[in-house]
Amino acid sequence: MATLITILYYFMVTFFSICFIYNFIKSKKWAEELLYLIVLLPFLLRLFRLK
Amino acid sequence: MNSTVKQRKWLFGLIFLVVFILAGISFYRSRHLPEPVVLGEGVTEVKRLSNYFSGIKGSINDARIYVLGQETDGGSVLILGGSHPEEPAGRLAAWIIIENTRMKAGRIFVIPTANPSASTSTRPGGAYPPDYSIKTSWGEQKFRQGDRWSNPLDQWPDPEVYIHYPSRQQLAYMDIRNQNRTWPGRPDGLMTEKTCYAMTQLIRQERIDLVIDLHEAELQYPVISTIVVHPKGQDLAALASMTISAEEGFDIGVEYSPEALRGLSHREIGDWTEAIPLLMETPEPFLDATRGKTDRNLLLTGQDEFVMKAGKHGLLFEKLDERGWPIDVRVGRHLSSIAVILKTWSELRPDRLIEAEEIPRYSEIVEKTIGFYLKNPAETPANRLFYE
Repeated sequence: MATLITILYYFMVTFFSICFIYNFIKSKKWAEELLYLIVLLPFLLRLFRLK
Repeated sequence: MNSTVKQRKWLFGLIFLVVFILAGISFYRSRHLPEPVVLGEGVTEVKRLSNYFSGIKGSINDARIYVLGQETDGGSVLILGGSHPEEPAGRLAAWIIIENTRMKAGRIFVIPTANPSASTSTRPGGAYPPDYSIKTSWGEQKFRQGDRWSNPLDQWPDPEVYIHYPSRQQLAYMDIRNQNRTWPGRPDGLMTEKTCYAMTQLIRQERIDLVIDLHEAELQYPVISTIVVHPKGQDLAALASMTISAEEGFDIGVEYSPEALRGLSHREIGDWTEAIPLLMETPEPFLDATRGKTDRNLLLTGQDEFVMKAGKHGLLFEKLDERGWPIDVRVGRHLSSIAVILKTWSELRPDRLIEAEEIPRYSEIVEKTIGFYLKNPAETPANRLFYE
């Protein structure tokens, strides 16, 4: 059960990372672009199992 | 999309990549920093927790166990360093025993990193340094800083409420990753619970008499400079405390493990095994909430003007002055306490002797420093060198 929850968790992290990258590409406001990247950083660090 | 917006996105993307790569490299190095352990003359065997519980095999928490002495009629003690790796005096004391101590009778089992996963991360938002170094005559030996809880990379997510097994007491959610809240452990639990279960099996299978769990505490916490003992070890702890206070050059108290506080080594090991558990706390100002800059200097010197100011307002349970609480003092206290506990045990139970030589005492560590007792891995044959 714990393993399944962990796998689902990583799928969730991947999904939100893709959303942030998509929004970064689509956005036209510099402040929003910056915000998406700042929020993306911890998600990618977790996805690549770095932190 | 006009060209200005495109250029801006490329610039932001590039900056992001640089930050991500630099941060990633730093975190990766910190998590995988190898810490050399030189086997001393007294080490006869190196085992792993999976030798006692196969369910932990392949996990980062399949910790190494360094065994000193031969299996004879004598007694045995398990020494745990790094149940909370952010409390370095326990790990360093365990290191010094592995590298220096010899047995005359009985056996010592040492686990210098009882929660390896917790040694690979630092506290989120705590601004901890990733590592620290101890000076020696041959250079510096670097150790991982570590955290109180298992690394979320190895055990995640946490439950909404942590229900301790088997008491069913409700504890803080993150304490399901706290090795000193998951005793006696369970075989089908999460990684930290499995680690405690493996150690419980080790205690039972090796007929361990004493378990000494080495910790450090913030000065604003009342359980400090003390031995916390299960009620069945009252005599031993009281005698050891009196001897330490009279002969070793520092004072240490005794507290009894409360029955209502579940999951802690000093309670559960005593309840679920034959062993007597003792948990020791030395002062570590680095852990205090009112500390100043949380850097390597604070970790190793224990000097902090803000915690000292808290002391002037009567908020501390241990004294603190300009001298701080240097790491040599803290490690020396642990080592002297271990030596006296083993001596006292052997006097009380001559049928289960545990006699060790070359456990450096408090006064020796303070005079010569920890570095004097750490061996040079570069001069060690490969078969006597391990990495934590």
